[in-house]
Amino acid sequence: MTDAGTIPEDKPVDALTGAHTADLLSKFDPLIAEREALLATGVRDPFAIVMEKVLSPTEAIINGKPTILLGTYNYMGMTFDPDVVEAGRQALTDFGSGTTGSRVLNGTYSPHKDVEEALKEFYGTSSAMVFSTGYQANLGIISTLAGKGDYIILDADSHASIYDGCWLGNAEIVRFRHNSVEDLDKRLGRLPKEAGKLVVLEGVYSMFGDIAPLPEMVAVAKKHGAMILCDEAHGMGFFGEHGRGVYEQLGCEDDIDFVVGTFSKSVGTVGGFCVSNHPKFEVLRLVCRPYVFTASLPPSVVATAATSIRKLMHAGNKRGKLWDNSRRLHKGLKDLGFKLGTEDAQSAIIAVILPDQEQAVGMWQSLLDLGLYVNMARPPATPAGTFLLRCSLCAEHRDEQVAEIIEMFAKAGRHVGCIPS
Amino acid sequence: MTTRDETFAKVKELIDPFNKKGVALTEATRFAQDLEWDSLTVMDFVAAIEDEFDIIITMNMQAEIETVGQLIDAVEKLRDKA
Repeated sequence: MTDAGTIPEDKPVDALTGAHTADLLSKFDPLIAEREALLATGVRDPFAIVMEKVLSPTEAIINGKPTILLGTYNYMGMTFDPDVVEAGRQALTDFGSGTTGSRVLNGTYSPHKDVEEALKEFYGTSSAMVFSTGYQANLGIISTLAGKGDYIILDADSHASIYDGCWLGNAEIVRFRHNSVEDLDKRLGRLPKEAGKLVVLEGVYSMFGDIAPLPEMVAVAKKHGAMILCDEAHGMGFFGEHGRGVYEQLGCEDDIDFVVGTFSKSVGTVGGFCVSNHPKFEVLRLVCRPYVFTASLPPSVVATAATSIRKLMHAGNKRGKLWDNSRRLHKGLKDLGFKLGTEDAQSAIIAVILPDQEQAVGMWQSLLDLGLYVNMARPPATPAGTFLLRCSLCAEHRDEQVAEIIEMFAKAGRHVGCIPS
Repeated sequence: MTTRDETFAKVKELIDPFNKKGVALTEATRFAQDLEWDSLTVMDFVAAIEDEFDIIITMNMQAEIETVGQLIDAVEKLRDKA
């Protein structure tokens, strides 16, 4: 809370009425001070990187310097695929730069229907609904499915879009300890038997890159009569026979009621979606506010997405390469002595755990100076108050690049003193 | 001892491991300001309370609970319902 006793002397006073205006931004003063103190040490702002040129899915020019990208979620490297780019170019020519309208009014063009067809082919479902972002897909689907008197049961480490979807609706919100089947079981068991329940899970949790024990969680959710939504944002493209996600790999396809995903990771553009076999699914288009009350995606975006999704159906080689890259990087960093988010490479995210902000920023800066970009993540986005350097691999990272990345981590780690020299 | 006293005693017992500064507890003690708990501590503590009393304190209810007294009220109410 703010300390009510201190009134800043420079608070603006209205000349006519003499009224004080409470500065609504003063609640952020502690954060402003923390950032200023950090930047005063001479480091670059980790949250203000500009890519001056993007050379490929794995390389950009940052600060005039060629830099390997290891924090983009561009898992399958589709962003510069010639077919994908050409599809976008053609749609831009044929349909213009934007729809200027909602999906339920003037904002549905044939490319929007086509990308939904592509999703149905990819997931083998009867319905697919495309949103303007992945964030909005969770916001819309969760807030619309669970209404007043219903319960949403979510993992404590859920993505912000899942939490925000909970807050947007009127349901009761219950959370369980991260990936704890027992904790989920206990909480479901205490809820009213007749109440509607939606259990929200993620295939891959994006901070540590760990995957969920979906078969056990699904069994527990079914036992208590709950419907299940699984977010596969970080699993699409390279988990399971068809690349549908962790839920496919772990054999839960018949039990997940709703799969939410994004176009901004493996698909390589922007947008979000929900696919389902529920016979009444289509009604959601009329009642889901984040779907109705916003403009639809530009036709060029959905055209690139449709082409990319169809190519991902036959991307076995890329999948294999991505997994190789992930395992190699995980082993390389572990051998150097870094503390990682998972014991083995469970996904294409490798999280390096650092003890405090100073070391995290120091490492991040050293890596950037060496020509490597990774994501820095800090509380409250991270679980258990940890500071992370989050690496996400791409199927297009070449073997030499992975070797170079490990070498850069070795140098930076010794320079900052977080691994033995 | 009334049931409310017993609940207070039990709640106090569960707060103790998280009461790093040894703040003296009364019903007016505030979790955020006095105990200086962050959201992660709150999560662990709420889970402990829920398991102890076999109840669910939804996040919607948690948002309304600022003091130890309000928590005891909520626990008493939820136990009656169960």
